[in-house]
Amino acid sequence: MRALALKRHRRTAPFVLILVLLVGLTMAAYATQSRPAEGAISTANAIGEGQKLFAANCASCHGIGAQGQTGVAPSLVGVGAAAVDFQVGTGRMPLQASGPQAIVKDVQFNATQIAQLAAYVASLGPGPAVPDAEAVDPALGDPARGMELFRANCAMCHGSVGGGGALTQGKYAPSLWGTTPTHIYEAMLVGPQSMPVFNDANITPEDKRDIIAYLDEQRGAAAGGLKLGTIGPVAEGLWAWLLGMGIIVGFTVWIGVRSS
Amino acid sequence: MSDVKAAPPVTGAKHAAGGTANYLDERTSIGAFTKFIARKVFPDHWSFMLGEIALYSFVVLLLSGVILTAFFVPSIEPVVYDGSLATMQGIEMSKAFESTLRMSFEVPGGLLMRQIHHWAALIFAASILTHMARIFFTGAFRKPRELNWLVGFTLMILSLAAGFTGYSLPDDVLSGNGLRIIDGVIRSMPILGSYISYGLFGGEFPGEDLIPRLFTAHVLLVPALILGLIALHLFLVFLQKHTQYPGGGRTDKNVVGFPLFPVYTAKAGGFFFVVFGVIALLGATLQINPVWNYGPYDPSIISAGTQPDWYMLFIDGALRIMPGNLEYVIGGYTLSLNILIPGVVVPGLFFGALALYPWIEAWATGDRGERHILDRPRNAPVRTALGVAAITFYVVLVLEGSNDIVANLFRLSINDLTIMFRIAVFVLPVLAFILTKRIAMGLQRKDRELVLHGHETGRIVRFDDGEYIEVHEPLNDQERWVRVSYTALKPREPAPELNVHGVRRKGYRWDRFKAALSRFYFEDRVEPVTPAELEEAQDHRAPVAESEAPRPEVEKSTTS
Ligand code: HEC
Ligand code: HEC
Ligand code: HEM
Repeated sequence: MRALALKRHRRTAPFVLILVLLVGLTMAAYATQSRPAEGAISTANAIGEGQKLFAANCASCHGIGAQGQTGVAPSLVGVGAAAVDFQVGTGRMPLQASGPQAIVKDVQFNATQIAQLAAYVASLGPGPAVPDAEAVDPALGDPARGMELFRANCAMCHGSVGGGGALTQGKYAPSLWGTTPTHIYEAMLVGPQSMPVFNDANITPEDKRDIIAYLDEQRGAAAGGLKLGTIGPVAEGLWAWLLGMGIIVGFTVWIGVRSS
Repeated sequence: MSDVKAAPPVTGAKHAAGGTANYLDERTSIGAFTKFIARKVFPDHWSFMLGEIALYSFVVLLLSGVILTAFFVPSIEPVVYDGSLATMQGIEMSKAFESTLRMSFEVPGGLLMRQIHHWAALIFAASILTHMARIFFTGAFRKPRELNWLVGFTLMILSLAAGFTGYSLPDDVLSGNGLRIIDGVIRSMPILGSYISYGLFGGEFPGEDLIPRLFTAHVLLVPALILGLIALHLFLVFLQKHTQYPGGGRTDKNVVGFPLFPVYTAKAGGFFFVVFGVIALLGATLQINPVWNYGPYDPSIISAGTQPDWYMLFIDGALRIMPGNLEYVIGGYTLSLNILIPGVVVPGLFFGALALYPWIEAWATGDRGERHILDRPRNAPVRTALGVAAITFYVVLVLEGSNDIVANLFRLSINDLTIMFRIAVFVLPVLAFILTKRIAMGLQRKDRELVLHGHETGRIVRFDDGEYIEVHEPLNDQERWVRVSYTALKPREPAPELNVHGVRRKGYRWDRFKAALSRFYFEDRVEPVTPAELEEAQDHRAPVAESEAPRPEVEKSTTS
């Protein structure tokens, strides 16, 4: 019986695979298509749509009017569009499970929906807005100044080049290499969870762009070969033992076996 | 002169070479010496090549280091960077850091050389520890090699010094932080600390003199000491002859193996290129110490993932594992036990015990004879267990030194992890000791079984009376020799407390300590199979013919 089931299972496997692929492709195509140019939607309309989305997806925790529920989720009045764009755009919200830190999962809304949610939350009270494309363009920033600013303000948590690092009690500063320039800017503006807020008095908008330019420099190929996660000497030591000593000692054993 | 005439006609070059050799030989008798060296016998085992890895990686370090020295500027004079690196453009930095960047990005092949040098340093340190472990677990440190163990130990400490001074030269954030930590450790020493710190750094940290001083130490002082001690080390190996594993025909008075020339010279030459090749491969493909990521040193900056090279990680781990609230102010002086204990006391005890180990064990054994036959690790269960316990302790410290990386990798809480390691650092070595000792003695018992009853063949024979037995094949002489030729030492009894006059003897306490140590080592033991036992078990089974392997040469020992 089991053998038969296994056999049938094996025979259907290719079809399942193809089906999964097809569904995946359709969804990807849909996702790229359904991203209309920003600003095409009227603001009033967006707030209305956003409110609906909010009621369906967020209100269970943040409350119907986004005023928050003690012990469940904070009020969103005055957090601004930037906070929503960051939290929802990086896949942190809607929150999946409580833990030391919001889990980053796949983004659940498309760009239009995020903009609608952001518009709705922004309408509740004044707060930081989503930065425009020029404010986050790495080509306009100075990576060397960004290096200094990053080292002084961010490296203690995110590592010297933004590879990430551990914080206390199971919290961690994530790697910044996959983060979009807009989300980097917004993270500084709103200070998600245990990250401090870096407002414009603290780090000016130009400074923020310099930091983005510095992080952008880290994305290309690294000088000297594979980066080993850029987590510093621990990884290097591990590879020295595993790869270096592994091969060399393996050789000595091989020579020893052959000669005796 | 008549020799020359009698010789067949030779080509010019050959003649010249032969002539030179002859000329040298007639004046120095070097020919006889070369022949003596070439006939020197060296036993054969893969673990005897671990020391060679250290040797060859040191050669790679010297070669690549000479090239780096040509481009490195050991000065902390400030300059403004103007090179090809966008993230450093216009930044003020020391000449040391700037020259490291120039070497990495402007000098052709410079980055490769830097990376080869650094990978070679990591392999050098790793191979020294591996070699040391081999010496330890086989008992190669016993008389007459205790002195060479000390020479080797000093080499190990010097390798740490070489690595650390080198790591500190580029004047980047990591190297500066490392120096700052060492400065803190030095200052934690009561009374002397701050004077030593001022003396070493030439004033308040970091000081103007530091980089030039480190440079001199790194390119001159430490390598010269290492080179000299390696020469002494190898000379002693040569003089005392190499040890060998137990086996038929091998005794404490001979060396069985193959001649140095041509067998070992060919092997060693080939092996150098293996070591060099692997290091070059690492240097060419894996980024190491990307100082441009860390940026020029600035005391106010610290980033996540700030760690020393792996061979210093245990000190970092000891500092991290220590609870931080042990700082006392006594009469205006600060006593930082939270740094003194992990930074000075623990490494001091650990290394002290390591350096003195041959003597510690000799107290327990009371053995005064020369030991040229190595122990199989299982036949020295307590020593082996102590070694594994020490390695376990070391590894826990290394892991604690990497606690933020481990926490981040496995998404654990760094606080919980540190508490776990605080327990592990005491518990795991003890567990490792008990477990290793049991395994070693289990293996000894298995050896006994094997010697007494032979290999299982899987062939079942039925006798006429209906009894079934499995046929066991007796071990051949070589196999048996390896398993029976050891002595299971018994604990020593201290000499009586009172001497003939009924007075308490001087040195009795010391004897009692040694007896206690001896009991710790040899209380539990598995005796080797005696010939009588063997005979009884074997009855009248015919011995198996020896295999026709190439016969190794035997050199009679002239020492002892
Ligand atoms: C399961 C409950 C839950 C759901 C559902 C949820 N959130 Fe949250 N949200 C939280 C909690 C809890 C926090 C606070 C997180 C923290 O500080 O660690 C938070 C924080 C936020 C913040 C950051 C507030 C600030 O002060 O910067 C924003 C913005 C946000 N949520 C938006 C949303 C949106 C938009 C949705 C719907 C798409 C949503 N959340 C759904 C629980 C939830
Ligand atoms: C105190 C430590 C700390 C400092 C300092 C800090 N961060 Fe963060 N950062 C965090 C933590 C923690 C998170 C994750 C928050 C979460 O997941 O809710 C984070 C998240 C981020 C993210 C989102 C990454 C992603 O893709 O999910 C960005 C971007 C970011 N930080 C940029 C910065 C920059 C730029 C600076 C310096 C100006 C900085 N951070 C300083 C702790 C810090
Ligand atoms: C720079 C570092 C070192 C180098 C280049 C080096 C090199 C060597 C070489 C080539 C041998 C002969 C082959 C072998 O047995 O592996 C040897 C033997 C030996 N080494 Fe080292 N070694 C170093 C460090 C050490 C250390 C750290 C110790 C122990 C503390 C040590 C103790 C010994 C001893 C006792 C022998 C004799 C082994 C025997 O005869 O069985 N050495 N060394």
